Amino acid sequence: MNALIIDIILWGSVAALGFMAWQRGRAVLVSSAREGTMDFINIVPRIALGVIGSGYIAAIIPQQVITGWLGPDSGWSGVLAAVIAGATTPGGPVVGFSIGAVALKSGGGSPQVLAYVIAWALFAFQRLLLWEIPFMPARFVWFRAAVSIPFPFLAAAIAMAIGKP
Amino acid sequence: MSELPTKDPAPDADDAAESEARPRPIRKPISWSMIVIAVLVAVSAALVYRRDGADGVWEILKHDLGLFGGILPRVLAGCLLGAFITEILPHEKVSRSLGPKSGLKGLLIGTAFGAILPGGPFTAYPVASALLTVGADFGATIAMVVSWTLIGYGRAIAWELPIMGTDFTLWRIVISLPLPILAGALGRFVYVRMYPKGAP
Repeated sequence: MNALIIDIILWGSVAALGFMAWQRGRAVLVSSAREGTMDFINIVPRIALGVIGSGYIAAIIPQQVITGWLGPDSGWSGVLAAVIAGATTPGGPVVGFSIGAVALKSGGGSPQVLAYVIAWALFAFQRLLLWEIPFMPARFVWFRAAVSIPFPFLAAAIAMAIGKP
Repeated sequence: MSELPTKDPAPDADDAAESEARPRPIRKPISWSMIVIAVLVAVSAALVYRRDGADGVWEILKHDLGLFGGILPRVLAGCLLGAFITEILPHEKVSRSLGPKSGLKGLLIGTAFGAILPGGPFTAYPVASALLTVGADFGATIAMVVSWTLIGYGRAIAWELPIMGTDFTLWRIVISLPLPILAGALGRFVYVRMYPKGAP
């Protein structure tokens, strides 16, 4: 159901933008559609390697190890461990949040879990390699990841200061 | 019978014609990052084989092939979106409102855009790449990507709310609100010092 909504929004946007391109002339639509298709063809092998390979990477980094790093160890060393755990967590959206939820339930501090979730969202290495590198200039990807490093710590500091969540 | 269907019809000539027609940077089919991933995958697969045998390797392969098949059409949609955006958006306007001199406003626009962008990674990254092509700077694009990851509603509604709970998710988003702008600003700050003469 969820996937269906995503597909409708996605292809609806493609149709709307395609229509806008068509309004500028048939040639514009044809050439940009061709370019998009060429991009797609170039990207498929990379996505294939990433998606088909990521299962193996996920299989050798057991979730228990990462949950262990997120234990009830409070303070800034806990935050640092959480950030490293977030960066190394493989797998899709379910994995990171599930580990975060387990850590919360088993007594992990919420600033630490927050830092974990944000670090994982910002620069989980597997997503960088699997999604960002194929689509964007590699220079931009590494630059963005490097610039993002302070922010899980900042988020943890805010959480400690306001005592939430 | 000289034209067998398995034979690749002169791919080199096609590629050359294509690269002349395209102003964008051509992505090399084999890059260092791809080699790194390939090695990582090979090592991981070998470790899985040693632990679980051929059955374990096959199980994962089957699952991931299914995933790959499901993702493919969306990747195509994302690529088309990126290409249309590159064509439709007026370049001067984009570089004025999202370029290096766009100031806080550019970062805010990037953040807002990332927050409302529908779809998953298959849309966000091609669109971000298209913005870079039409004149957005690193700062505004960083704001957009970070905003999409941290305050975009897609992942929060689909995955985070049900798994992490409402309280955690809402506070996580509230605390994340300033981060895309700060990340974009830091990106600009570092960029002009790393590349004082513009893009290398």
